[in-house]
Amino acid sequence: MSTAATSIKPAMKTKKSQGKYGGNVLVYALSLAVVALTLGPVLYGVLGGFRTNAQLAQAPAALPEPWVLSNYTGVLNNPEFWRYALNSTMIAVLTTVIVVVFGIMAAYPLARYQFRLREPIFMVFVLGLLFPATVAIVPLFILISRDLNLGNTWWGVALPQAAFALPMTVVILRPFLMALPQELEEAAQLDGTSRIGFFWRILLPLSGPGMVTVGVLAFVGSWNAYLLPLLLLQGEMRTLPLGVADFSTEHSADTAGVFAFTTLAMIPALIFFLAMQRRIVSGLQGAVKG
Amino acid sequence: MTEGVKVVSATVPARQGTAAEARPRNTAAERGSRSPKRKLRAPADKRKNLEILFFVTPALLLIAMFMLVPIIQAVRFSVYNWKGFGPLVDFVGLQNYVRVLQNEVFTDALVHNLVIIAGSIIIQLPLGLAIALLLNRKMKIQGLLRTIIFVPYVLSEVIAGVVWFQLLQPQYGLIDTVLAKLGIQGPAQGWLGTPDLALWTVLIVLTWKYLGLAVILFLAGLQGVPDELYEAAQIDGASWWQIQRKITIPLLGPTLRTWGFLSMVGSLQLFDMVWILTGGGPANSTTTMATFLVSEGTKRQNFGVASAASVILFIVALILAVSYQQFILKRDTQPDTSRKRKKVRR
Repeated sequence: MSTAATSIKPAMKTKKSQGKYGGNVLVYALSLAVVALTLGPVLYGVLGGFRTNAQLAQAPAALPEPWVLSNYTGVLNNPEFWRYALNSTMIAVLTTVIVVVFGIMAAYPLARYQFRLREPIFMVFVLGLLFPATVAIVPLFILISRDLNLGNTWWGVALPQAAFALPMTVVILRPFLMALPQELEEAAQLDGTSRIGFFWRILLPLSGPGMVTVGVLAFVGSWNAYLLPLLLLQGEMRTLPLGVADFSTEHSADTAGVFAFTTLAMIPALIFFLAMQRRIVSGLQGAVKG
Repeated sequence: MTEGVKVVSATVPARQGTAAEARPRNTAAERGSRSPKRKLRAPADKRKNLEILFFVTPALLLIAMFMLVPIIQAVRFSVYNWKGFGPLVDFVGLQNYVRVLQNEVFTDALVHNLVIIAGSIIIQLPLGLAIALLLNRKMKIQGLLRTIIFVPYVLSEVIAGVVWFQLLQPQYGLIDTVLAKLGIQGPAQGWLGTPDLALWTVLIVLTWKYLGLAVILFLAGLQGVPDELYEAAQIDGASWWQIQRKITIPLLGPTLRTWGFLSMVGSLQLFDMVWILTGGGPANSTTTMATFLVSEGTKRQNFGVASAASVILFIVALILAVSYQQFILKRDTQPDTSRKRKKVRR
């Protein structure tokens, strides 16, 4: 926070010399305040990981002095951390693959075939949007852990997550596929391509951006999920969010360690999600706007 | 993509056989082949129907298995007194619902959900709008600022919750330390430990987490406002503030309303952040419907009661969603028939 406060001044000076509107100064100052409030807690966690518990207790609001790496190396040498990361990755990958494959398959006839039940079937997906996993969480837990014997497995989490992500996926993908020009399909038919051939050779390559968008949304959802893994996964099958939550309660006295663990859990995901920011935003907008 | 959605909505046929919806796969084949236009191409039609079946079945099966079956089960469990073992024999009718609705912890939880819904919208709407207008100016660092604003949203609620839990520690947390320097003393039990403050504290953390989404969606809506309108208004001598009030915000209406809907649905399902920050405490002052049903189901093994609570949660969500559609989203266009169909799609 203190860094943000000091860096306002140079920004003000440069802007004043450039622009004729005095309002710019205010805009930049306000922007910096927003940035400081947004990033402050995250940066505090990152920096806190470089401090010792004694430093944190003595002066909670200070910078690391000296910088210690032991918290971070401790987490990186902790096999549990890597195990959680592996579980999170595998579950997210499984979820994403199922969602994208099943989603594009379902969206294709709903977008480009003419048949009587097209709209009723699409309505099934739209209605699916209304049911969050929370509503069915208790029977879902019983179904997966008892009836299907998939408790404490990657598939046990990935399958229901995919089911609950599919409605959104189909709702986003269908208009995307509908927007592909009809001429393409006609041209392919004239060349003797079947509808399945059109799907494989033309539609799939062209719908890459749409599939990336829904894939990223499914991956983010799975990576960040907490409730379903909380009920279904124990011990070394736990995912990173469960690991972070448990680490913070088990080592509540070791604040610096908690910060280091949390930071390492968020950094790879943060980089990936921010790189995919455009996809996430366009996906959300696609789903939001009607 | 937006365009696409609009086209879809406009071309939806007015009515579809609802009975057919119950057995989609069989009837898809029958209807298709009976359709008069294609009578002459029966083999091709059969092939087409098989294709449709092949493409649509996996997704529908997955949804039936993991969404439909559990939801039906929830309704079934809700009328039995069931502790999770043995057959479902102890039929109790609506007694579980009565128990849930008479349970003060649940009714308080419902109120907490409603407070979070209202609080989120009341705080995030003006704040998000202000930040979006701020960032909508042509600035060199605009892209960077947007990315930064989006950071809390892409973090998981658990990670955000754990970090804030540390920041909010009584006395030794960053927030109390900074306040102490300013001569303000934080509450003795901590922000999350004081029943009267805990819910508001959770609300502030949620605001931090989700404001980025509002800003990003509003910004996208702002890009859709044609530049000519601004130019025309400027030529007419309108001030920046007048332009925002008379042009930008009204044109942003649909985006604001749909964001409000998303925010509401999210607040109704609130679980992760509360579970991490307070676990529903202190003294049940932050329980939500979701934390209530999870602790009834997993900690106390009251599956009947938990299921009744989840059915109630769904009904509340449905009522709010339908009324929101009716009273707020309706304004987006004239209430003609195509509009009604469009609403269903959302």
